[in-house]
Amino acid sequence: MDNSFLPYYLLTSALLFSIGLALVVVKRNIIVVLMGIELMLNAVNVNLVAFSKNDPSLQGQIFSLFVIVVAACEAVIALAIVLKVYEHFKTVNLDEINELKK
Amino acid sequence: MVLTLASALVVLLTKNVLYAAFSLLGTFLGVSALYVLAGADFLAVAQILVYVGGVLVLLIFGVMLTNQQGNKSRGRNDITTESSNRVLGVFVMLGFSATLLYTFGRARFLTIQDNLFEAVEPTSTTQTIGVELMTNYVLPFEVSGILLMAVLIGAAYLSTKTKN
Repeated sequence: MDNSFLPYYLLTSALLFSIGLALVVVKRNIIVVLMGIELMLNAVNVNLVAFSKNDPSLQGQIFSLFVIVVAACEAVIALAIVLKVYEHFKTVNLDEINELKK
Repeated sequence: MVLTLASALVVLLTKNVLYAAFSLLGTFLGVSALYVLAGADFLAVAQILVYVGGVLVLLIFGVMLTNQQGNKSRGRNDITTESSNRVLGVFVMLGFSATLLYTFGRARFLTIQDNLFEAVEPTSTTQTIGVELMTNYVLPFEVSGILLMAVLIGAAYLSTKTKN
């Protein structure tokens, strides 16, 4: 069993996580920020799967399965909130949404 | 790997939300291909089903429902922040990735000796995942079921029109 595949997975997931972080920091549209969060969760999953490759009990893959479930829940709730916010403020620009109640 | 990173970069660099959503499709498919290469076939299928089939469609619906015509007429870029903040954000990203890569470079992973475990034959992981879910992980499984139901009710409640 060789671990020679591991650095490529680590490199990919580190860069994916950084790109997701940059999306969250840089963008002003709520939906693109949500895409950045999904990218970060995906990067974590890549690491879990890569480290569980040689593990016969597949703990990492099962954990990654639960991460996928929670990420889907998070996306659904976040989009529902985004739709309500858009209905209220008529914008999805994060710089203009600065009041809790109007 | 190259496909994954390239389309993630397109998500970062494009100025069109819909282009970002479509290149996110490429990223998710690339991650799923990485899962297949790591021998996680069940997770690859679950990734395609959940992300490409569910989350991405939801995101595209969100893009279309919150699209407004006034963006272009105002004549300024509404997607990214001002250039000063953008430079700061890119610095954050570069610093974070440099830290991660430095850490991964410094780490010394144990090489697994040849006779330590019996060789994992490359069979389907679906049976193992199913048995483990029903025995060792039955509590998180049920909790995720309850979470999904709560999310369903919450989303239905949030997306109803409020009567004034």
